[in-house]
Amino acid sequence: MSPVLQLAAAADPAGLLPAREQMALSLGWHIVLACFGVAFPAMILVMHWRGVHRDDPVALELAKRWSKVSAVLFAIGAVSGTVLSFEMGLLWPGLMGRFGDVLGLPFAFEGLSFFVEAIFLGIYLYGWGRMKPRVHLLMLVPMAAAGVVGTFCVLAVNSWMNWPTGFRMVDGEVTDVNPWRAMFNDRVWLQFGHMWVAAYMVVGFSVAAVYAVGMLRGRRDEHHRLGFLVPFVFASVAALCQPVVGHVLGFGMGDHQPAKLAAFELAETTTDGPSPLRIGGWYDDGEVKGTLDIPRLGSIIAENSFTKPVRGLDTIPEEDRPPVTLTHWAFQSMVGLGTLLAAGVALFWLARWRRVDLLGRRWFLRAVSLAGVVAALAMELGWIATEVGRQPWIVYGVLRTEDAAGDSSGLWWLFGTTVVVYAGMTVGAVVVLRSMARRWRAGETDLPSPYGPALVSASSEEVSR
Amino acid sequence: MSLEVAVAAALFVGVIAYAVLGGADFGSGFFDLTAGSARRGAELRTLVDRSIGPVWEANHVWLIYVLVIWWTGFPATFAAAMTTLILPLLLALLGIVLRGASFAFRKYAGTLGQARLFGVVFALSSILTPFFLGAAAGAIASGRVPADGRGDVWSSWLNPTSVFGGLIAVGACAFLAGTFLTADAARSGQSSLAGQLRVRSLVVGVLTGAVVFAALVPLDHDAPTLADGLEGRAAPLVVLSAIAGLATLALLWRRAYGVARFTAVAAVVSVVAGWGVGQYPWMLVDEVRIVDAGGAEATLQGLLVVVGIAAVVVLPALGYLLRLTQTEQWSRH
Repeated sequence: MSPVLQLAAAADPAGLLPAREQMALSLGWHIVLACFGVAFPAMILVMHWRGVHRDDPVALELAKRWSKVSAVLFAIGAVSGTVLSFEMGLLWPGLMGRFGDVLGLPFAFEGLSFFVEAIFLGIYLYGWGRMKPRVHLLMLVPMAAAGVVGTFCVLAVNSWMNWPTGFRMVDGEVTDVNPWRAMFNDRVWLQFGHMWVAAYMVVGFSVAAVYAVGMLRGRRDEHHRLGFLVPFVFASVAALCQPVVGHVLGFGMGDHQPAKLAAFELAETTTDGPSPLRIGGWYDDGEVKGTLDIPRLGSIIAENSFTKPVRGLDTIPEEDRPPVTLTHWAFQSMVGLGTLLAAGVALFWLARWRRVDLLGRRWFLRAVSLAGVVAALAMELGWIATEVGRQPWIVYGVLRTEDAAGDSSGLWWLFGTTVVVYAGMTVGAVVVLRSMARRWRAGETDLPSPYGPALVSASSEEVSR
Repeated sequence: MSLEVAVAAALFVGVIAYAVLGGADFGSGFFDLTAGSARRGAELRTLVDRSIGPVWEANHVWLIYVLVIWWTGFPATFAAAMTTLILPLLLALLGIVLRGASFAFRKYAGTLGQARLFGVVFALSSILTPFFLGAAAGAIASGRVPADGRGDVWSSWLNPTSVFGGLIAVGACAFLAGTFLTADAARSGQSSLAGQLRVRSLVVGVLTGAVVFAALVPLDHDAPTLADGLEGRAAPLVVLSAIAGLATLALLWRRAYGVARFTAVAAVVSVVAGWGVGQYPWMLVDEVRIVDAGGAEATLQGLLVVVGIAAVVVLPALGYLLRLTQTEQWSRH
């Protein structure tokens, strides 16, 4: 039976499968924008700082443009984040009704940081030309800080779902609630670090990609060089740190979430001696097929040991196993793409050290122009690996996902509507951002509202002609 | 005051703030939609852009604040309301998404045609969203959300109290927005625009006031617990809202736009506070009392810490933003 059919088994509540698909779609869409909310203000800050303190008009113009782009991205990020707030209750009443007071506190702090971010975004966006430049620039600092706090809070909830603490279950009742312990659970710092760094990779590579495309089209001016370099430096540091953070995050998973680790490593049985690293392949009815095995490496990477094997799936009851093949592929693809990005930036800086500028090579620019998409893909795959790998639990070992879902019928209508609305928003954002870039290239700087009286009268003259 | 009531009060402060600040943003959609052709409405639509552009995201966060305090402090009633009111809340959510996205898109749209499309979506969703939120509030206030959830997904919000709640929300938002836009236009020296907005705000104000007081009639049968509260404990607030509303109309009439902003806010604050005081001590009217709805004590205490931090960190910053946008200097083009 395929994983999808397994999920839709007859006993599941009507709201389960559509709720999972809905959550995956809306979270997967929002998370890309959330990255911009977290990492973009810091990049704009560096650019704006350079513009003001070094009196660099190119940097100042870049900061101004990026702030306008962030106005569009943050707006759709704010509304898609609101969707998630509603969905927590609409899709998962069994989770929120019973555990709302255990997991809710980080969300309350997240609300605070969202407040700070939105307030200073408003001041910053409309402060151009209205505030003293050195003060105006500082409005980015609380925005950047709020993004970091917000990431921590959201990851606190997610790491709690993976590693629940701060309460006790007595006869099916939640007691002894300690929301601070739930918030500062054992995994939160590492999970936060992993996602925080990922956000810098996604945004750094995405913004650098825009200017790489410009250079490929022959626009080789200071504007493009600087627009590429600042985000690329952020992305480089992040991409080189990420493998280390990710590796450390895996420590202890074999003891705490053996099913997830077994799925990551495609360990069908506990091997006698060290486990191999299994690349590719699939899991079919208790058997692993089609893998490329590298002896011992699985134990070294996953357990930090030359001898300790990875616990096999056969030790886990069938009803407690996640969809194995999907988890395995998501995990390994994430690792593969992340390694590729780290190798790419290492190559760039090594070449630069040897006085070779890869920005002059078209193949490198082509590769960078794809790096934003690759980084976003790696992040999405990482979320799939950790979320699908936690199944069938929504709160690991405590609450099953099927018991958290509601019995609302008609959630497929909601899913269909969401697909249409999000597709529309994606198209709208792309059309608007591209038209902004086009007008900037044509020499417009202010981008007046199309309703501005001057524009309206100009276009009605066109009509009358 | 018990811990539960303290947290519920903090929650309700968020409801009031969202009604006033978020409401004024939604209400601008009414004036945007009725501004006329692209040419004739250009000045007003540009004013709407300038007035709500810097603040709408910050104002929107009050809704997030309300949701997180609710689900963290009173989780079971949150789940009950979410399952029963899934339809109006999803419709409100759709409106929130379309409003925010199309407002941002319109500002940077490349052509007038695109701006028109985004503008219509922005304006319509701005008008409709408060209706669904008001209808959901009416469902809770009239005792139609059962404690264990799973109330009727249609009749819970399609009933006299909910429909009046929705209409009052739409009217109050438009009235607030009208008063603020009139003042903004006058402050930036667009006197003919201010005059045009003044007349329409007066009309909206009279109609909304009429709906608010008409609603008191069906409430007696449809939401007896709330009606008792409104005629008893909350009666001073109902009277205050009437006085503040009338004062706003008089001030608009006399072109005292700056002061009218404050009385309009007072009118809306007292209507919303009247609902809150009227339904006290119920969290879900006739079903669950506030004192019985609270989650774990440690969590309620934690929430009060969050509220304290918000008062120290968020309120001054928010005050700074609102002050900047309501002063001469920022009203320039």
